[in-house]
Amino acid sequence: MTLALSRRAAMLGAAATSGSLLFAGGQAGAQQKPTELRVGITTFLSGPASVFGVPARQAADLLFEEINKAGGIAGIPVRAFYVDEGPGTDHLVGEYRRLVQNEGVHIVFASISSGSCLACTPLSDEMKKTTLLWDCGTQRIFEEGPHPFAFRTQGYGTPEVLAPLLYLLKHKPEFRSIAVINQDYAWGRDSWELWKAGMDALKPGVRVLAELFPRFNSTDFSTEITRLLALRPDVILSTSWGGELVTLIRQASERKLFERSTFVLPVAEASLQQLGKAMPQGHVIGARGDHWNNHPKPKDPARFKRFVDTYRAKYNEYPIYPCHHMAQAIAAMQAGIARAVAAKGGGWPNDQELANAFRGLTFDSPTSSITLREDGQGLEDQIVGLSTFTDKFAFAVPKDMVIFPAAMVSTPVGQKSVPWLKSLKPEILDQMPAPIAG
Amino acid sequence: MSGTVTAPARRVAPIGEALLALLGIAAVILAAWAVPWLKFILTVALAKGIAVLGILLLLRAGQVSFGHSMFLAIGAYTVAFLAPALPEALLLLPLGAAIAGLFGLVIGLFVVRYRDIFFGMLNLALSMVLYSLLEKLYSLTKGTDGIRVSGLRFAGITPDLATQEWVMFGLALGLAILFGLLVRAYLGSPMGRALAGIKTRETRLEFMGVSARRVLLAAYVLSAVMGGVAGTLVAMTSRHVTPQLAYWTSSGELVFIAVLGGAGSALGPFLGAAAFELVRVYAAAAVADAWQMILGAVLLLVILFAPGGLWGMLAGRLGRRP
Repeated sequence: MTLALSRRAAMLGAAATSGSLLFAGGQAGAQQKPTELRVGITTFLSGPASVFGVPARQAADLLFEEINKAGGIAGIPVRAFYVDEGPGTDHLVGEYRRLVQNEGVHIVFASISSGSCLACTPLSDEMKKTTLLWDCGTQRIFEEGPHPFAFRTQGYGTPEVLAPLLYLLKHKPEFRSIAVINQDYAWGRDSWELWKAGMDALKPGVRVLAELFPRFNSTDFSTEITRLLALRPDVILSTSWGGELVTLIRQASERKLFERSTFVLPVAEASLQQLGKAMPQGHVIGARGDHWNNHPKPKDPARFKRFVDTYRAKYNEYPIYPCHHMAQAIAAMQAGIARAVAAKGGGWPNDQELANAFRGLTFDSPTSSITLREDGQGLEDQIVGLSTFTDKFAFAVPKDMVIFPAAMVSTPVGQKSVPWLKSLKPEILDQMPAPIAG
Repeated sequence: MSGTVTAPARRVAPIGEALLALLGIAAVILAAWAVPWLKFILTVALAKGIAVLGILLLLRAGQVSFGHSMFLAIGAYTVAFLAPALPEALLLLPLGAAIAGLFGLVIGLFVVRYRDIFFGMLNLALSMVLYSLLEKLYSLTKGTDGIRVSGLRFAGITPDLATQEWVMFGLALGLAILFGLLVRAYLGSPMGRALAGIKTRETRLEFMGVSARRVLLAAYVLSAVMGGVAGTLVAMTSRHVTPQLAYWTSSGELVFIAVLGGAGSALGPFLGAAAFELVRVYAAAAVADAWQMILGAVLLLVILFAPGGLWGMLAGRLGRRP
């Protein structure tokens, strides 16, 4: 082992030295246009969150193929380097370095897990590598400090929790008690804290009957369901996701819990295809964004339909929200690079110039357009509605949809989410757009 | 299982071992210099190697700890908690080690009463208690999202990124050599010999007037200190700590490395750790969605064809037949 390593290391050493000399020469003059655009993508390829990671990777493969067929980005083909988030943070920060220092990626798409994002974003500062946070939701990223090279191309926890809360307050204003059943990890805790802060400000006096945090990756919720049946809360909130949410909904609906309480499920969208007709109707569902398959008025209906259709044709399922978040990150990258190249009069931007192009950037997603604020946070609209069935889909979709403009439900720049939510006034409900039948 | 792990490989003359160690050190430095991103991987590998050295000590007594990464986590969280108030890496390192050692003493006082599967499982249970605490005390630890380790100073100087990577690498390498020599000396000392006595027949030790518990306790505390050192190094290198560090799979990883490297020499853990991290990172780079299978296949091959681990293979090649 040692011998083999030293021999290989010697060869690598020789190669790297010559490589670095070449590189030094290249940097002295104008930035050379690369022969391919290298994109590092961290996503879950193993573990429970691969229900998000694998579809997102499929969406990226599909879109990159399309882009390359059409001549690439700024005239050069795109090449993706995927990294698995599954093994955890200490592996991932090593992989981030490998992407930047070894694979020479021009841009990184970081992370589904908030923990991964929190670890990668400071690395983007240190290594000065433009990083698009393509799916993680933690509000801590831009509220705890500036990150000049990081941009989030989608919404985040605060709007994704506040929009369903506002919807509930409008839809069922008379509710008096609530219970929460969330996964016992950071998102489960964070989302409840955000909800509670907003709820106490907008409708003080709601009784919290139970705060249940079953173990992460639980497969049996019978104890929790029994307790909820006995407590009879008017509303049950759950920000759980993936297979766990499917299990929870199946077990709860078998025991008629959905008939006693109104559920609010802000991350339901990704599990609805799997649930099929098992999803009860009339409960508040969210999608971490505005990309429902029955979006009432997508900005570019043809593009939306094409994306959904090609994805379905290739993978035999509808795209779920991480696919759309991936598509948004790719759209942002295209727009950002085009802007950076234009700013340089056709030349290739360096890392700093590339990052500059993303600040304040507006790009189109199939359903809407998203602006990256000055702090790096993207403004993505949120659509919340009530679960129902239509002839068109074999799974639940929302009706009576409200499109929440992102700016209305996002914490303003420079403020922290929890204090901002606590400062909300009930008048915010008057700004809420009218529901669309859908 | 411990029987095969600790089966001493063919003896290699001390001079040969020293030569191999020097060769290994040179190779590691060369690799880190030639391939910048490997510096990070190798730093983590060296740190894990130090933790596995601790496991190797316990293996000498025939005991496998399936919860050893709790000391790694204690070291790492010490750094994460104290770094904002005390950003001096050279103070945090001994502090992390001392706190882990203290925990090792307290925990050791009762786990050394047990042997074999009970010892392993008790360690596992305690590490999972720590994991749950780190995960559940959300307001303190930020749960599974973990804590970012704030900027560090080294002897009062805040180096730039590239220098800091070298400093961490140098620190890890230096400590690895130090602890390697220490463990070698310890295993040669009466206390170390007594560890082997626990494995073969404990009553004999007691007849000789040696307290088996004390012998094991000393080794346990030493291994906890090494776990703590490894944890501080991992935290300072990856700059982000999560409860995952204390999860049983992390402990399993350490035992995996011990098996992979072989327990015949203090070099084994480092061989194992370097091989583990390199296989993992190259496998992940080659096939992002099937790297676990490659890692599993490597371990199976080692267990089937080289029960003495990588060190056993090397020793078999280089050593004279007894």
